[in-house]
Amino acid sequence: MDFLKKKILELRPDFEKGGKYAQFHTLFDGFATFLFTPDRVSTGGTHIKAGIDLKRTMFFVILAMVPSLLFGIFNVGHQHFLALGEFVGSPMVGFWDKVLYGAIKVLPIVVVSYTVGLGIEFFVASKKGHAINEGFLVSGMLIPLVLPPDIPLWMVGLSTAFAVVFAKEVFGGTGMNVLNVALTARVFLFFAYPTFMSGDQVWISEKPDVYSGATALANAAATGSPFNISADQTWNYSLQDMVVGLIPGSIGETSKIAILLGAAFLILTGIGSGVIMLSVVLGALLMGLIFNGIGLTPFMNMPYYLHLAMGGLLFGAVFMATDPVTAAHTGTGKWIYGLLVGMMAVMIRVFNPAYPEGIMLAILFGNVMAPLIDYYVVQANIARRNKRLAGRGALA
Amino acid sequence: MSEVLVQPPAEKKSLLGKKERKLLTDPLSDNNPVTIQVLGICSSLAVTTQMKPTMVMAISVTAVVALSNFVISLMRNAIPPRIRIIVQLTVVSVLVILVDQALKAYMYDVSKQLSVFVGLIITNCIVMGRLEAYAMGNKPYPSLLDGLGNGFGYGVVILTVAFIRELLGSGKVFGFKVIPDALYEAGYVNNGLMMIPAGALFVVACYIWIQRSFAKHLEEKE
Repeated sequence: MDFLKKKILELRPDFEKGGKYAQFHTLFDGFATFLFTPDRVSTGGTHIKAGIDLKRTMFFVILAMVPSLLFGIFNVGHQHFLALGEFVGSPMVGFWDKVLYGAIKVLPIVVVSYTVGLGIEFFVASKKGHAINEGFLVSGMLIPLVLPPDIPLWMVGLSTAFAVVFAKEVFGGTGMNVLNVALTARVFLFFAYPTFMSGDQVWISEKPDVYSGATALANAAATGSPFNISADQTWNYSLQDMVVGLIPGSIGETSKIAILLGAAFLILTGIGSGVIMLSVVLGALLMGLIFNGIGLTPFMNMPYYLHLAMGGLLFGAVFMATDPVTAAHTGTGKWIYGLLVGMMAVMIRVFNPAYPEGIMLAILFGNVMAPLIDYYVVQANIARRNKRLAGRGALA
Repeated sequence: MSEVLVQPPAEKKSLLGKKERKLLTDPLSDNNPVTIQVLGICSSLAVTTQMKPTMVMAISVTAVVALSNFVISLMRNAIPPRIRIIVQLTVVSVLVILVDQALKAYMYDVSKQLSVFVGLIITNCIVMGRLEAYAMGNKPYPSLLDGLGNGFGYGVVILTVAFIRELLGSGKVFGFKVIPDALYEAGYVNNGLMMIPAGALFVVACYIWIQRSFAKHLEEKE
């Protein structure tokens, strides 16, 4: 590390204004501050709230996603070999073959997502002459985790480019976006190439056609239960499978345990909002309970807590609804926002068979509503305090 | 438009003097009804999945705008101001019904495809906008040109949008396949987003973005 630090300090004058490589300043600065905390600090009336800067914050979120990514890599391989009928028995049989297969499938998606996203980020930064925004570090990891394993790489690149340009850069870059960037990429793919993003053929990599590849969520939507799909099939998802994550689905969404590990890390480090995570989950449970009460269709009658074990609800709640830029900022606002997202997610799941996964659209809806929620929370606070002030004046 | 542009610089009484030419060409770019005045967005999202119906739509709107501008301008001094909107609406609806009937008679399949959107030309803001903004205060001939110009301006935008949407959404232009099969075999897939109106919104946005990045003088000063 010392060597790197020396080298950077040594090279830095060349990249400053007037130096040999001044035109690459943005690029150099981006890498240097990625590796080491910058020595420049804000002066004047800046209020310091935390000792870590944005790059370090982003890196913590990526760390929180690592369990999901690693499990996702394993599960892509596991589902593939399960569908082929190889390595049956314990999931641990053929562990390294599964990991190797999964890595070959998943890592290119990660690479493409980062290359395209950071490429655009670097280009815009050097064109506008500002420092490279670090916002894409997290989005670039989130995008692969919410995609099915067999997605063509050019689609990953296209959707990433679309999301970075339309969800972020046109609004002014990192910190200014209205919509979650990773979800914008996913929603683009969902509407542009639906055959690659939904149905029961895409969630298991290179599976035989006869093998059912429906997700637990799709089964629940069709039959009202994720458990018993057909009597002659050995293909039944148990609750344990769903919690551990040994089910087909988007790469990072299947393992609830890995997601909860990430959630714990985010809450402990104070980076993710526990309030939002909790309120999304509560909102989903509440809506599930309401549907249990109404009980018109088999899906409505499904035990409410199962919603949490299926699909990407938990993943969205932990990693996407908590996005500090697009979520609500006020304390009360976070509760309202989270409940809204959770309730919408389950409502879309149950009511709209065309969109089996509701959390994506629910979070985007929440993103759009968040500024409005914040506005009314702030207004209510002002009104309340004015009233108190007026009351005190009357007493005096 | 090239014929119009190469007209010799004419004297005051010419049919296509400088002022008249401006009436025709301004709506194509600097005063475009869709991208600058942001009128008629609804139909430019709804009818632009394919080139052919879009072409018909562009011609229909041009005809309605031009003729209603002309007729209202003829009547402008006889219309009591308090009921002018209803008079304008009557004229526009007569023209729209004529267009609709003509389409039904001669281009039934396209008419089917456009469905309610021909009838909805009545509510197209460009029509009412031009009547209020121009025809009510100008002579018939300039009004006619203004209507034609705005119709063309609308047509240019929706045809561009339709071209991009049809090309990316179904791989065709005017119904002819242009994207080679080899590309599909290599893994290319038509973009479904272009087939839904939300896709058109992005195309229109890009159009405005590109237009404004070329015409800096359109940007509001801060």
